[in-house]
Amino acid sequence: MTILITLIGALLFAVLAPVVGCLLAGLDRVISARMQGRVGPPILQPYYDVRKLLGKERVSVNSVEGTYVACALVFACLAGGIFYTGGNLLLCVFVITLSSLFFIIAAYSSRSPYAEVGAARETLQVMSYEPMVLLMAVGFFMASGSFDVSAVFSLDAPIVTTVWLVFLGLLFILTIKLRKSPFDLSMSHHAHQEIVRGVTTEMSGPTLALVEIMHWCETVLFMGWVGMFFVWGSPLSVLVAVVVVLAVYFLEIWIDNNFARVKWQFMLKSAWAVALLAGGVNLAVLMFI
Amino acid sequence: MAYASKSPWVIHYDGSSCNGCDIEVLATLCPGFDGERFGVINTGNPKHADIFLVTGSVNAQNIDVVREIYDQMVEPKVVVACGICACSGGIFHDCYNVIGGVDKAIPVDVYAPGCAVRPEAIIDAIVQGIGVLEEKAAAMKSAKKGA
Repeated sequence: MTILITLIGALLFAVLAPVVGCLLAGLDRVISARMQGRVGPPILQPYYDVRKLLGKERVSVNSVEGTYVACALVFACLAGGIFYTGGNLLLCVFVITLSSLFFIIAAYSSRSPYAEVGAARETLQVMSYEPMVLLMAVGFFMASGSFDVSAVFSLDAPIVTTVWLVFLGLLFILTIKLRKSPFDLSMSHHAHQEIVRGVTTEMSGPTLALVEIMHWCETVLFMGWVGMFFVWGSPLSVLVAVVVVLAVYFLEIWIDNNFARVKWQFMLKSAWAVALLAGGVNLAVLMFI
Repeated sequence: MAYASKSPWVIHYDGSSCNGCDIEVLATLCPGFDGERFGVINTGNPKHADIFLVTGSVNAQNIDVVREIYDQMVEPKVVVACGICACSGGIFHDCYNVIGGVDKAIPVDVYAPGCAVRPEAIIDAIVQGIGVLEEKAAAMKSAKKGA
């Protein structure tokens, strides 16, 4: 029964998340443009881009690249389904990591030197944020007493009240997960000349469209993680969570537009330091007090 | 609805230009003209690009490069020759090393003359290029249906 609910949730997520994610991406581009003193594209520009990419000729350097990207998209949707049906947070974390790994393998499979540099950097990004993501799941368990996301609806107070340090840690690695500057090492939305295009160098046409849709799904899932910290027993709390999510998304756009890219060494060290300090201290306090 | 015309991603290549046209092309893509209003994005990757902006004439050194970039671009695609050198070789047309305009290497869809070509002329050429892009996309679609 749980599997059935999760699968239905994943299907619903696969339909709804791209819509929400596309609007968020469009909002990102408009707000970024306004921050740079430009008018910017229409809010549906990401949708136009993807429709155009889907209409282009299908050329690929090999036959498995598209399969890997499709797998990445499917697992991203499954992770979303697990999370939004109130399933196991730990499983959600692992499934979305599996999705990232498929994306990396897709880039490696092309054997292009630029795609390989991008894939190596993407691997470093996964290494950087993964400790904090795992500590987030553990922190969630210690705060709510369950790994099930649905447990938040039976709480008296949102978990951010007890694991606010973990929440700050999540905010830090969220920039890496969303591939935003200063941590847009593997693939940047802005500096298009950098290592040609990083991970997506060899992905074109319909394959690139799938990558874009996967990013939309990822964004919606990660924003769900942010919102999860602010939901408790009261139905009004969902509204609070949505407001917080929008504020955090705006913060990410602001960071994206105001910071230059850092070296991977700094990304790895700082992300692990944050995981150790924010996650470690918070969990230690919860354990001993 | 033709989505090809709503998100034209461009790639810029400098053949043997004196850099005058290159600066104008980059100026066109600057925030001042805000090409992103029309979905224009400057990509560094031929596989993502729809419109190929070439400046400067073709010579024995770069003819293979121009062809390689063109071949890597995914259909439907459009080539815009920016500047008189890219159109016909310009004042360098009778140099011993110059083969001629870009059309000696690859099929060119839109010619934007000028020395240096003005940003307004480039924008006009890109808009005309978008028209050609739309035609090619429609042709591709009907060919697909017929097949």
